[in-house]
This record gives sequence, structure tokens and C-alpha cells, in this order.
Amino acid sequence: MAEHEALKVGDSVGSFERATGFDNWNRYAAVNDEFVPIHMDDDAGREAGYPTAFGMGTLQWAYLHNLLRDWVGENGRIISLSCQFRAPNIKGQTVTAHGTITALNEIDGETVVELDVWTEDQDGSPLAPGHAVVALAG
Amino acid sequence: MSASYVSDEMRGVLGLRLSKRQSFPVSASDIRRWAIAVYWPADPPRLFWDEAHARTTVHGGIVAPEEFNPFAWMAASKEASEAKPISGPNDSDLFEHSLGIEGPGLSFQLNGGMSVTYGVRMRPGDVIDSESILANYTEREGRLGLMLFTETEDTWTNQRGEVVKTTRQTLIRY
Repeated sequence: MAEHEALKVGDSVGSFERATGFDNWNRYAAVNDEFVPIHMDDDAGREAGYPTAFGMGTLQWAYLHNLLRDWVGENGRIISLSCQFRAPNIKGQTVTAHGTITALNEIDGETVVELDVWTEDQDGSPLAPGHAVVALAG
Repeated sequence: MSASYVSDEMRGVLGLRLSKRQSFPVSASDIRRWAIAVYWPADPPRLFWDEAHARTTVHGGIVAPEEFNPFAWMAASKEASEAKPISGPNDSDLFEHSLGIEGPGLSFQLNGGMSVTYGVRMRPGDVIDSESILANYTEREGRLGLMLFTETEDTWTNQRGEVVKTTRQTLIRY
């Protein structure tokens, strides 16, 4: 598609942003059965060495997927995704998922895009950096 | 400091199965609630809850978000060899103990990250099988001394035998 032809290495694929705290973590705990004290209780977070309770790594993982899904659209697909959990998402942070294009290839008639992806806090400090490969709908 | 945390016994169990699970059938409600949680406070995309809309997409109906976990709360069946007593989910030698051998007995463990390759999407009615193996040990010298990286590989397939995803997860122990 013409819109794919305009894409180039270095382009941003937008962002997905959420204010984070118990409102999101408790909802995620409820669907993933992840009722762990460090995610529910500030005292438990402090005992683990952090200033507050902190969010689930798998919710950061979900936010990276949300970023990619928003960008590829309903008819695109995520081929692969990886990330490392480098820093905790403590209570009150605004977490934003970002991505930039690192490679573009035409494979079997599909536009396959490689990306650096990451979540970061409101100060721009990375939380969960990773790499993704997606296919755009033709 | 140990020259290596990886014993001959540990090398001998690489590739062995850690667990095998089967999910209950995935329901449209499970998918909708998952999507609400990961997109909250915004409404989730219609692909995850509006069947009429989802039929107009390449998917032909509702599918689950890729990261959806059909094993949350409870699996319909689970097989895991527990040849040695496991002290709990925080047992730092959980993998080795579940395979009947001694582990390195390290004090600290961290989730080092994950890497997933996706296949077909999960849909309402799907029954997902999971088979997890102990894939690899590597070691690296870090700020805190020698660190052991343990990789597991978990393959999910649906009731038609189609691969849904393969997940490699790294546990760091030190």
C-alpha cells in the first residue's frame, strides 16, 4: 500500500500512555490471578526495596502489545515481541510505550517491520525495552 | 565465588519437560475482561468484544489479545513432575527440584525478560495446551558476581494442533 511505502527507518509508531497505580494493577490482577503483595500493598513494596507497591511486568508487556496493535491495525499482526524488565513501575508513574522502526522488508508480499520498543516513566527513564517484528496488512 | 553454578546433573536435564497444562475452553467473557483490564480506563478495541464488528476483519470473529493468558486462575489439567519437595512458588531451585535434582541454591532471582513468537490467534471456544521445557543455562559475570541465566521454553497449541505461541523466558539467579 502507498501508506507503507512512506514508512522509513527511524519513524515513530506513536505511543500508548497510562497513569498507573492500583486502579490498573487490581484490574489486571483480577484477570491474570496475580494477587501478589508487592503489587497490592505499599508496605510489601517497601520491604522489597522500592518506595511503593509496583506494577506487574506482564502489564508492561500488555502495554507494548497495545502500542503495536494500535499501529498495525486490526488486520495487521504481531510476529514476535521481546522485552527485558529493567526497572519497576512504581505507583503514580505515568507509563508510556513507544516504538521506532529499525528495518522494513517485503517478505512474501507482506510489509514486515522491525522495531525497537520500550516503556518509560514520565521522566523518560526506560522500564522495559525490547524488540518487535510486525506485519502490516497489504 | 563458584567457577560455575551449572552441575553435570543440571546439564543432564536440559530439554526435559517442566510441565504440561491444558486450559479450560476460552470464553468470550474471558477475552472481553482481559481486554478491559489492559486498556483501562479507555474502552478496549471492538475486535475483542463485538462479534459483528470482528466478523468484518481478517479474523472473521472475536480473537483474544495476543498476550491473553487462558491459564489464569486454574488449568483444566496439569502434569508436573515433582520428584523433590518444592518449598513454594518462590523456591529459587523450583525448576531443578521439579526435575528431581539439586539446584544451585542461590539467594536471589529476577525475571530477566521474555521473548515470544506468535502463531495463530486464540478465539472463544479454543482449548490451549501448554508444554514447557528447561531450555538452556548460561552464566555471566555481573556487578553482583556470577549470575545464572535459566531459559524455559513454553509452547502453546490449540485444539487443532496449531501453534499459538512460543515463549522463551529468562530467570536470573545470583
